[in-house]
Amino acid sequence: MATGRKIGVFICHCGGNISDYVDVKAVAAAVANEPGVVVSKNHMFTCSDAAQQEMIDDIEGLELDGLVIASCSPKLHMFTFRDMAERGGINKYQYVHVNLREQCSWAHTNDKVGATEKGIALVRAGIAKASLSVPLTALRVDTIPKVLVIGAGISGLRGALALSDMGLSVFIAEKEKEAGGTVKNWGRMAPDDQHGSAIVKSLLDEVKMRENIMLYTDAEMIEKSGYIGDFKVTLRVGGKEAVQLQVGAMLIATGFDSYEPQEGEFGFGLDGVVTLPQFRDFADHQEGELTYNGKPVKNVVFVYCVGSRQKKSEACPEPNQYCSRYCCNAGTHMAVCLEDRPGDLNQYHLYRDIRTYGHNETIYEEARTRGAVFMRYPDAEAPTVANTADGLVVTVKDKLMGGEEVEIQADLVVLITGMVPKKNPTLMNLLKLPISKDGFLNELHIKLRPVETVIDGVFLAGAAQSPKTMAESVGASLAAVSKAGGLLMKGYVDLEPLIARVDTDKCLWCDECLKACPYGAIEKINFGEKEVAFVVKSLCKGEGACVPICPHDALDIEGYTDQQITAMIDACSKEVVTA
Amino acid sequence: MKSKEPQPKILVFSTNSISDPGIDLAGSAHMHYSTEVQIIPLPCSSGVKPSWIVHAIKQGFDGVFIAGCGGDCSFLADCTPRTSALIKKAQDLMKENDISPKRLKMSGICSVCADNFVAHMNNFQKDLSKLEEK
Repeated sequence: MATGRKIGVFICHCGGNISDYVDVKAVAAAVANEPGVVVSKNHMFTCSDAAQQEMIDDIEGLELDGLVIASCSPKLHMFTFRDMAERGGINKYQYVHVNLREQCSWAHTNDKVGATEKGIALVRAGIAKASLSVPLTALRVDTIPKVLVIGAGISGLRGALALSDMGLSVFIAEKEKEAGGTVKNWGRMAPDDQHGSAIVKSLLDEVKMRENIMLYTDAEMIEKSGYIGDFKVTLRVGGKEAVQLQVGAMLIATGFDSYEPQEGEFGFGLDGVVTLPQFRDFADHQEGELTYNGKPVKNVVFVYCVGSRQKKSEACPEPNQYCSRYCCNAGTHMAVCLEDRPGDLNQYHLYRDIRTYGHNETIYEEARTRGAVFMRYPDAEAPTVANTADGLVVTVKDKLMGGEEVEIQADLVVLITGMVPKKNPTLMNLLKLPISKDGFLNELHIKLRPVETVIDGVFLAGAAQSPKTMAESVGASLAAVSKAGGLLMKGYVDLEPLIARVDTDKCLWCDECLKACPYGAIEKINFGEKEVAFVVKSLCKGEGACVPICPHDALDIEGYTDQQITAMIDACSKEVVTA
Repeated sequence: MKSKEPQPKILVFSTNSISDPGIDLAGSAHMHYSTEVQIIPLPCSSGVKPSWIVHAIKQGFDGVFIAGCGGDCSFLADCTPRTSALIKKAQDLMKENDISPKRLKMSGICSVCADNFVAHMNNFQKDLSKLEEK
């Protein structure tokens, strides 16, 4: 069948992410003779610069007018390849993205033959769609130059100031009655010894001075609608008053919760066994010698990795398998803080591995050289804490002394607890953001789109995404700010022109589409001798609710036309024969 | 060469911003479902034409599953009732074409509903197999 089209098909190995489970060469060979296909090739990584350049060379050399790339989910690289198509000289809406990884290879790692057959069918459907593609021009709409920051911890406050610096209006919604988040009451913090409380205070003072920042405390989101550039949000403030906001973007800076050990876990629940946050609550506010309940502390034992890097067991059916990153830094820094105090305090740090990456390594070194004792305990044999007649006794096997058992009498045992995802069911229900296996919010791509989410215009700012140090949280927040700023400072967003179109030959104006459209995007116009429907492009959202309603089949959504979908169904239902 | 016993073929209409990411998540987590499940993404489940469903069955699919946006639809607050109305229309059209309306299923699949999607595919295949036996 001659289509008159010149379509290029490129199948990605994705390293082995696709090619380990799908015979990508067989897929490329199977579709090489599809109508309109003039080139069908494989690339190890279609997203690499080199592969993109080769594809552009093919577009130009073969004068392609349609492009199909079968690779990862379109959520990751559709825009990469649309841009590439344009650089090669093809209209970007004549590019079709086939999801061969998330919806094929990764879902069928147990069936290479079946996955290959499915892959062929998916690519055929893509080719069918590309064969019927037409050039389109993006649609430009205005954005609301305001941002909602959810959470007034260190990430949210710093992010809000940066947005304000850009001239954007900012609303901050904080669930607690007091702004400042987890570190607002903390003292000296790693790595530069600034006090958490002082940092929060200076940020809050600055926020309060800004005319374009509005801070709501005791506030909870109860409704959310709209889309990138124009979200409508309702907050319940102070338990009653409903505040309506209209914003162009949102930053999620909801932070983390500290792991709460179970009763009996490393002696938790015994007098003198506390978590690091609980320890900070009293120790950070003491001057001079360290005391606990009024008594001087001579021996303190720190246990690392509490609530982190857990293995599944009967006692721990839902383990936190991840490393919480910040805890080794916080623990070794606390060691230095204690060495700075007067008195002859002995401190013992029981760890599995010390992960004081980067500059924090110097803090670990300082802690060791100044007298803090570090003992490495085996992964499978954690220290135990018991209450005896002589007080608390910690028993630990010292791995570096050949597993010798050591007993330490302790006045205080501090459990260095990790971070766990913030519990926030109402908000999570409204935002509907994907959650990772660890329970934290998921970014779109860990390397390439690290603060974006599947919901366009909603960005992740800080430890809501994964355990982070304060510096890392603020870094993530400012990355989210630059994404939101980049979006809103322009004043417009280019919306896809994948919207409704009217076939004026078929349309007999019956007003069914007008009634079906919630956006008022349909108008009646005179066209020659008759009246027909007209689509107001800036109002049409392209969801297609009018399409099946039309009794005359006169409506289509660009990119998803009746012809295209029918051809895709034909293509992917065709028998696949593989050797 | 088929890898296994023939299984019912399902065509899924997913939605770009809601159910398609949910289906992606199933893949990212390496949750297995049948390779006889093909997916065509659309902007919104309110835009599925009943004629596409009938066409798919006639072309050899055993069932059509509409993975709707459910209550999360970013376009329409009443996406679910609209999609349900379409299902009704499609079922009527299926009956006219001597196709069992049981070959069509719809459920809201949210952007994190990976388990849900896989369970739906497994159950729908079982239901379709029973339909073949009759």
